[in-house]
Amino acid sequence: MSRIVIEAENISKQYRLGVVSGKTLSDDLKRSLYRMLGKPDPLATVGVENDRTTVTDSQYVWALRDINFEVEQGEVLGIIGRNGAGKSTLLKILSRVTMPSTGEIRVKGRIASLLEVGTGFHPELTGRENIFLNGAILGMTKNEIKRKFDEIVAFSGVARYIDTPVKRYSSGMYVRLAFAVAAHLEPEILVIDEVLAVGDSEFQKKCLGKMKEVAGGGRTVLFVSHNMGAVSDICDKALLIEKGRISARGQADAVIREYVNQTLRFDLSSKDSLSDPQFRRGSGHVRIGGLRMFNALSGEETNEFEPGNDVRIEIDMEAHQATDELYFLMGLRSSLSREMVTSTGRIALGGMSGGQTKKASVLLPALNLSPGVYETYYWIGSRMQEHPYDVIDNLTAPLVVKIPADGQALSTGYFKLPFKLDL
Amino acid sequence: MKKENWDLIIRPHQRFFDLNLREVWRYRDLVMQFVRRDIVAVYKQTLLGPVWFVVQPILTTIVFTFVFGNLAGLAPDNVPTALFYMAGIIPWNYFSECLMKTSTTFTGNASIYGKVYFPRLVMPFSVVISNMAKLGIQLIILAIVWLYYYLKGGYDFQLTPVLLLLPVVIIIMAGLGLSLGILISSLTTKYRDFAFLVAFGVELLKFASTLIFPLFLIKNDTYRTIIYANPMTSIIETFRFALMGKGAEFNPMALVYSAVFMVVVFLFSTLLFNRVEKSFMDTV
Repeated sequence: MSRIVIEAENISKQYRLGVVSGKTLSDDLKRSLYRMLGKPDPLATVGVENDRTTVTDSQYVWALRDINFEVEQGEVLGIIGRNGAGKSTLLKILSRVTMPSTGEIRVKGRIASLLEVGTGFHPELTGRENIFLNGAILGMTKNEIKRKFDEIVAFSGVARYIDTPVKRYSSGMYVRLAFAVAAHLEPEILVIDEVLAVGDSEFQKKCLGKMKEVAGGGRTVLFVSHNMGAVSDICDKALLIEKGRISARGQADAVIREYVNQTLRFDLSSKDSLSDPQFRRGSGHVRIGGLRMFNALSGEETNEFEPGNDVRIEIDMEAHQATDELYFLMGLRSSLSREMVTSTGRIALGGMSGGQTKKASVLLPALNLSPGVYETYYWIGSRMQEHPYDVIDNLTAPLVVKIPADGQALSTGYFKLPFKLDL
Repeated sequence: MKKENWDLIIRPHQRFFDLNLREVWRYRDLVMQFVRRDIVAVYKQTLLGPVWFVVQPILTTIVFTFVFGNLAGLAPDNVPTALFYMAGIIPWNYFSECLMKTSTTFTGNASIYGKVYFPRLVMPFSVVISNMAKLGIQLIILAIVWLYYYLKGGYDFQLTPVLLLLPVVIIIMAGLGLSLGILISSLTTKYRDFAFLVAFGVELLKFASTLIFPLFLIKNDTYRTIIYANPMTSIIETFRFALMGKGAEFNPMALVYSAVFMVVVFLFSTLLFNRVEKSFMDTV
């Protein structure tokens, strides 16, 4: 039977909103008075659930509520959830940066946390000095660092600058060195928060490889990330936190599917702002009056698709001035990194006379996109890209690619690369 | 299940009477790294480096000698005025720097404390130790000044056996600065009000010690009690008496009072500090 190394029981964390003021003092006095009288904390019953978008009167919010879980030795557990769901709060409690309001976590073995790379780096000190300082901050002893020093320097790839103050480093070199120290920690339990997003892609790959190596080496790892690809790659189990509570726990791929499909629930009505051209760029020679997305096969109007579906988009346009040429372009942007993932390129729609309205329908056959949420970008204009008539940038519903019911694990990246096999 | 041996239990409030010093000892390598950082980093990119450690006490001594010694005529006649003041300024500076620097332990290190756990006491301990190195260099200057006046002649002063007590005195002084500093630090994580008191509070405390005038000038018993109530008074007096054998009073009882004062404040502020460290990140 495998050994349980972390056991969390009823972990809750309450935070106070607003600024510290006289009201805080009176609440504090109330708390200590109740504690002296041996009564339970009067403020533990107030507070609302953790939802950053709603406004409430309550001064208190539960960042975490009744969290229970166990981690077995050697398990690599991914913790996922939206921004503000309470993931980082949980990590902070696990790494003893702050304490829970209620509950208890029991841990076996040495626990080390990486909530940030390069904590405590001093700009005036050299790379060498900072390795020792940072290593000690992370809990390594001097001898441990000495033993691994060469390995750390080799991993960071900044050997040449090791006796130069780190303030002279490029930001890339800085994080490389910082991650290198962190990567050579050897605790029994490692808690990591989204530190992979550092350095150039070559170094990221190296980091991910190192993480896999750590995870594969029988170490217990808790890993918080927004990068679903990395989570599914590294973790065997996952924990989904939603509004301060655990909403799913189990095999990583299943939990990821649950999470992705859940973030896809999108309120279509909240994005109906096409009637108001106030926030739109463009000269307004021609305006887009309506945009609709259909599943081309079923004819149903929807913004949710599965990989391989045919997508049809209908555009209503109204010309306020005559134009000889009109081009349409549609792009998709990653909702996480905001980078443009793909676009159709300009599609010629012919000319329009003043006052004329026009309908166009664009078909995107066999959607070859990985599951995720894609913000939409629509552009109409003349041949000269500098002068668009109208731009609708993330004002309408995003295009959502769901994980199909029979879906296997996510492929990393935005597209699946087509290939032919010769044996 | 509950009977198992857990290495670490994270829960809301731990026992109040837990000094946590054993854990600090486990992190002694980190203490030394911080000490190193504090000493090395300050004088990077300076040509004279640690020489700057002695400039401040020398200049202060010159000003004190001129203003309080020559103009106001407060210094005792039979000992060199500069030596008299320097023997007070150096311990006082050590105490006040320890206090000031450790009083911002929580607020000043929030960015590190917020990201990684280590016993929070490591930080103030390292401040006290790195200042000790500075004190060492300043004591060398004090020795040189002493030697200069001794060889020059014209004054009647000598070393006394009390000199052997100085290591103890330095530890009491370090403990005082540390304890008061972390006490203030613990009290100011949520409500910053106290922080405004620290700088001028220390400045005022200076005048309630014998830094500026010799103790024998104070004839009134009430005033003497007030001056002696300041635990730094006996420290300064012992320093001076050890070096000169006159111009100061060696009062063993006062020294014991300072030591007891230090131990009590140390215990209390460490307990408070350990309590605050668990949750200060939420309010700092």
